[in-house]
Amino acid sequence: MADNTFMVEIVTPEEILFRDEVSFLVAPGTEGELGIMRNHAPLVGALKIGVLRYKDPNGNQKKLAVSGGFMEVVDNVARVLAETAEHGEHVDVLRAKAARERAEKRLQARDETVNALRAEMALKRAIARLKAAGVE
Amino acid sequence: MAGAGAREYKRRIRSVKSTQQITKAMKMVAAAKLRRAQEHAQASRPYTETLQGTLARLAAVSFDVRHPLLEKREDVRKVGYIVVTADRGLCGGYNTNIIRECNIAIREDERKADYGIIAVGRKGRDFFRKTGKLDAEFVNLGDNVSYADAREIAQYVMNAYENQELDEVYLVYAKFINALRQIPTAVKVLPLETPEAEEAETSINERVIDYIYEPSAEEILLTLLPKYVGSQIYHAMLEGKASEHGARMTAMGNATDNAKELIDNLTMVMNKVRQAAITDEILDIVGGAEALKK
Repeated sequence: MADNTFMVEIVTPEEILFRDEVSFLVAPGTEGELGIMRNHAPLVGALKIGVLRYKDPNGNQKKLAVSGGFMEVVDNVARVLAETAEHGEHVDVLRAKAARERAEKRLQARDETVNALRAEMALKRAIARLKAAGVE
Repeated sequence: MAGAGAREYKRRIRSVKSTQQITKAMKMVAAAKLRRAQEHAQASRPYTETLQGTLARLAAVSFDVRHPLLEKREDVRKVGYIVVTADRGLCGGYNTNIIRECNIAIREDERKADYGIIAVGRKGRDFFRKTGKLDAEFVNLGDNVSYADAREIAQYVMNAYENQELDEVYLVYAKFINALRQIPTAVKVLPLETPEAEEAETSINERVIDYIYEPSAEEILLTLLPKYVGSQIYHAMLEGKASEHGARMTAMGNATDNAKELIDNLTMVMNKVRQAAITDEILDIVGGAEALKK
C-alpha cells in the first residue's frame, strides 16, 4: 500500500494546512487539471482558483478549495502553494453561498464603481468553495 | 501631628505601586503576545521560502520576461512608503524609530521626488496625517496579522504603481532581532527585483533538476510576481508585530523596575520623616519633664 503513495503539502502564507501521504492528486492547473501519482517527473505548474482533489492511502477521496498559486513536484513531494486553501468539510456553506450571490449581483450591476475583475475572482472563489464542500 | 509628612509619602507610594502593577501586567501580556507573534512568523516561513526559491529558479530559466512590476522607471516622480507601525503606544521608541527611519529615507533620496505614505498602523498614520503626505491608511488590524490584509495593501500599491501614481515603493518596518533589539529598516518593494543570483546558484551547485513547466516558466513567473509583493508585505507586518510586542515588553519591564526603585526611595524618605517626627516628640516630652524637675 505504502509503496504507491507520495507526500502532499498544502502551504498557505498563514500555515501548512495539510501534509500527508496520498496515493493520487488532482490539482486545478491553469491549462487543465494536473493529475499526479507517485514517481511523477519534476513539475512546476500554475494553479487557478478551483478544487484540488486527492485520494488518501485508504482510497477515500477528499476535496479542498484553493485559490491562486502553484504546485511544485519533485522527489515524490508535491508542494502546493496557495494564497488561500480550505478543507471541503470546513467550508461554511451559508457564507460561501452569500459570497456567491454578492459577487453575482455585483457582476450584473455593471456599475463603474465595481471592480469587475475582483468580483469575478470572488465569484470563482465562492464557487470553488461550494464545489469542495460537495454542495454543487 | 506626628507623621503628617509621612502620610503624604505613604499616599505617593501607594500611587506608584498601582502604576507598577499595571506595567507589570502589560509586560506579561506583551510577553505572551510576543510568543504568539513569533509562532505566526514561524508558520509563514515555509510559504515565503518556497515562493522565493521557486521564483529564483524560474527567473534563472526565463529570458526576456516583461511585467509592469519589473520595469524600472527612469523618471521617478513619486515614491511610496509603506510604513508599518503599531496601533498603540506604550512600547518605548518603537513607533518613533520607524517614523524616523522613514523620514531619513525620504531625506536621503537624492532625486528629491515627491512622496506619499501608505500607513499601516495607527501611530504612523497619526504622524503622517499631520504632514499632509498620507495617501492611504490601513489601521486597527489587530494583533493577529492576516494575509488578507497584506494582500489588500499589496493590491493598493500595485494598482498605484501600474497607474503611474507611484514610481517606486519602499517598505519601512522594524526587523525583529530579539525582545531587546528591533532594527527599523527600509526595503524596496517595487519595481520588483526577482530573488535570483545566490539562490539560483546554490540550486545549480546542488544538481540541475529538469522541471516540466506548465504552462511555461515565463507565464508561471508572471503569475507569481504579484504574490511575491503580498508575501513581502505580510512578512514585514509579522515581523513588525513581533517587534512591537518585544519593544513593549522591554519598555514595560523597565517601567516596572523604575517603579520599584522609586518605591524604595520613597519608603526610605518616609521612614526618615517618621523617625524625625518621633524624635521630635521624644525631645518635647523629655524637655517638658526636665522643666518640671526644676
